[in-house]
Amino acid sequence: MEERTKVIAKPKVEVILEEEERKKLKEMPLWRVRLYLTWREIRNNWKLFSENKIGLVGLGIIIFYAFMAILHPILMKWVWDPNIYDPIVGYSYDEVLQPAPPSLRHLLGTDPLGRDVLSQLMYSTRSEFALGILAAIITVTIGTTVGAVAAYFGGIIDTLLMRLADLIIMLPFVTILIVLSAMFKMNLIILAIVIGILSGFGGTGIVIKSQALTIKVRAYIEAAKVAGGSDWHIIFRHIIPNLMPLSFLYMMFSVTSAIFSEAVLSFFGLLNIRMSWGLMIHTAQTAGYLLNPKTWWLIVPAGLSITLLCSAFYLVGRALDEVVNPRLRKR
Amino acid sequence: MSETLVQVENLRKLFPLTRGLFRRESLFVHAVDDVNFTIKRGESLGLVGESGSGKTTTGKLLVRLLEPTSGRILMKMDGEEVDISKLKGESLKRFRRYVQMIFQDPYESLNPRFTVFDTVAEPLVVQGIGDVLEREERVAQMLALVGLTPPSSFLFRFPHELSGGQRQRVAIARALIIEPSFVVADEPTSMLDVSIRTGIMYLMLDLAERLGVTYLYITHDLAVARYMSSKLAVMYLGKIVEMGETEEVLQKPLHPYTRALISAVPVPDPRYKRPIPEIKGAISEPINPPPTCRFLDRCLQATRICKDSPHPPLEDKGGGHYVACYMV
Amino acid sequence: MAESILKIENFTMHYMTKAGEVSAVDNVDLEIRKGESLGLVGESGCGKTSLAISIMKLLPENAIIKGGHIYFDGTDLVPLSEDEMRRFRWRRISMIFQAAMNSLNPVYKVSDQIIEAMETHFGHIDYYEAREKVANLFRLVGLDPKFMDQYPHEYSGGMRQRAVIAMALACDPDLIIADEPTTALDVIVQDNILRELKALQEKLGTTMIYISHDIAVIAEVSHRIGIMYAGKIVELADAEEIFHHPIHPYTAGLMSAFPSIVGPKRELVTIPGEPPDLLNPPSGCRFHPRCQYATKICREKEPEFKDYGSGHMASCWNPLEG
Repeated sequence: MEERTKVIAKPKVEVILEEEERKKLKEMPLWRVRLYLTWREIRNNWKLFSENKIGLVGLGIIIFYAFMAILHPILMKWVWDPNIYDPIVGYSYDEVLQPAPPSLRHLLGTDPLGRDVLSQLMYSTRSEFALGILAAIITVTIGTTVGAVAAYFGGIIDTLLMRLADLIIMLPFVTILIVLSAMFKMNLIILAIVIGILSGFGGTGIVIKSQALTIKVRAYIEAAKVAGGSDWHIIFRHIIPNLMPLSFLYMMFSVTSAIFSEAVLSFFGLLNIRMSWGLMIHTAQTAGYLLNPKTWWLIVPAGLSITLLCSAFYLVGRALDEVVNPRLRKR
Repeated sequence: MSETLVQVENLRKLFPLTRGLFRRESLFVHAVDDVNFTIKRGESLGLVGESGSGKTTTGKLLVRLLEPTSGRILMKMDGEEVDISKLKGESLKRFRRYVQMIFQDPYESLNPRFTVFDTVAEPLVVQGIGDVLEREERVAQMLALVGLTPPSSFLFRFPHELSGGQRQRVAIARALIIEPSFVVADEPTSMLDVSIRTGIMYLMLDLAERLGVTYLYITHDLAVARYMSSKLAVMYLGKIVEMGETEEVLQKPLHPYTRALISAVPVPDPRYKRPIPEIKGAISEPINPPPTCRFLDRCLQATRICKDSPHPPLEDKGGGHYVACYMV
Repeated sequence: MAESILKIENFTMHYMTKAGEVSAVDNVDLEIRKGESLGLVGESGCGKTSLAISIMKLLPENAIIKGGHIYFDGTDLVPLSEDEMRRFRWRRISMIFQAAMNSLNPVYKVSDQIIEAMETHFGHIDYYEAREKVANLFRLVGLDPKFMDQYPHEYSGGMRQRAVIAMALACDPDLIIADEPTTALDVIVQDNILRELKALQEKLGTTMIYISHDIAVIAEVSHRIGIMYAGKIVELADAEEIFHHPIHPYTAGLMSAFPSIVGPKRELVTIPGEPPDLLNPPSGCRFHPRCQYATKICREKEPEFKDYGSGHMASCWNPLEG
């Protein structure tokens, strides 16, 4: 039996690289390869993402609003008369009674102060996006770092961070915001930072930590340690990159939370900003038009926008979940 | 040149079993209990045992993934003999240039977001060796050496684009790229298909010869240990019960556990009739074990002496064949 | 010559995946006699588990039977509906799954799980009779009945495996399929379980199909051995015949690739290449890319599965001389 089968017993191996190989290596600079690989990963993830209809719907809504935000300054500069259409200081002289119902000149009518509602809506979109994204970035940066550090070091660091998170979760979110705004003047940027810090050290940190725990025990982390990797090398080169998909996912949910919180605060008139969707509803309320179905255009566009944009980010988050979590994918 | 490269003395690793926040921990798992052995340069020591024997823990202690509870691990680095069990900080990092590990699971030991280049170059990056171009060249050479040719087509692939055998070759490349003198291989072939396994086994033997690497080969498979190691040590519940030249231990086992283990291994020949393993009971966990012989409650040859004396010492019974048993 | 209890004819099964159709089992012919034990050997992806779940008709949603028959005691199982199959499962054919220890439900007592299996397939049984039966089963597989009412997590690995074997025996099946029954166990426990399975088989006359990637285990427990590669059975013969007179080059390669602690330390053989991707299996003989004896016809036509004498079957254009 042994004599018959003369299959190769030992692998043939050559140490010296041929000239062709050397040339190929020179032709592929590292940064270009990495760029190509990143592009390929984005393309593959897009394919997975786009298979999910709800994700595409969400993305569509976001693009629609982004378009509105971009369109507004163009309209203000070249189409609309700023005296009438400026969202904050304009006054629609062309209408007799304010608030005026929707018409051809004012597609969504005007508010009690005579300002064009559509203009207000489009103008606010910019700040809504800015707020949402800034809060999301802060949340995720803090949450990821907290999660990774708590999971990796364990012990007292973990206990402190987790108890802090428990504390933050226990306190009612909106009430804190209200109290804070009573203590100092809140604008969108401060609001974004506050939301970011509270979310980051709170719930997001806990969720990301549990994911980091599953990464920490993988064999490649041990391999990195054996190679001589320091704690920070392992956290930033191994753990955090593997957390990125989950972090990105949670960014979407953070945006939802931020936009909604702003709407609530603005409604109570607690934010020091000049224009936002929440403020539009606040204006309607202080003028006494809140529950009047005849002046629906004062509430519905703003309210609907808040709902739509929040839902859009949530839907995108849900679709991303399938990209990030391979187990949720269909076969 | 048969100088001693690794010398392990009275190595102990105890894991506490925590019982509540305020109760004092009095229960310990004696994972590695008073283990002694030496490995000469160029040799390969096979560490065999079933689950709970302590072989994996020993391996991790030797690469300092774990710190010993007590005992010394002496290694020759740059002509100096150093006790690596107490190293910290910079000297620990320097030590990592001399000792590396190959892991069992080819699917888990590679970071799924790292390219092959990133994975294999990581030891160089961490130890600060070479610049980017030099690293690329060395990685390519290493890939060719482990049989992943042409290297340029493997450099930027991700683990999920490779087969199990290919991934294990990457792991071997990573372990050997900083030219360590000692490598601990923890069951590197047990998760691979049979037809791939022999390729990896021969690769490791070939590279050991070419690059002058000394191995500690951990496995539960005696047949694989036969091929991969020149010396064999059998572990049971944290202790070495038999040690010697591989063929000697396999063909003339002295310790009752070794004999039972060998007779339990299935043989790929239907004509061969195996004897029934002379052993009773089941394997347990070494939690606060009594001072008597660890094998006592499973041994069919235990006598009064075994019950009354402490765990027998590992003694040379002739020709470098060590056994820990009173009945031999 | 005992009668045949399982006869598989020309059976083909594919998996539908997003990437395409995977040819998992292709044109398999197999016959097992009553009381025999057949060992199926192959590496990962060769189709042995797919074949096993096909016999039990426990196929996942994306599996399609493309053709062929599986005759169990005369009845063709392939066209049967779920309801009709239920008469066969567990009562006539039962299975021990891979990593069976994890297929015990952790929130129920072991005895209750076995009784539930019996009730599902026998209909109502008197509770005390059922417990008596469980105690007997435990003794049969080497477990002390006093452990009957414990939970799976209180058992060791070996004990759990025996419990699963007891469950497979609960309804006195004619055929048991054991898929890697001892893979996750330590070697001494494995030895114990294998001996017990052999003794049980002899005592009860059950027909067994053992599936494993470990040739040594298969050599010990099987009367007849089938070698599977890339979804096909490439060789089928009595155990001794296959080991000492292999006909197919893959069989010979596999034998030579397995290290043994007995006998002289011979050189091990590597089979070059990798097992093929079954989305696009190689043309002709599926082993030809890795075979050193491959010739033109091997690349073009699939070899016939024929008898080389006294029931030794193989499919190869260039069989090794015996």
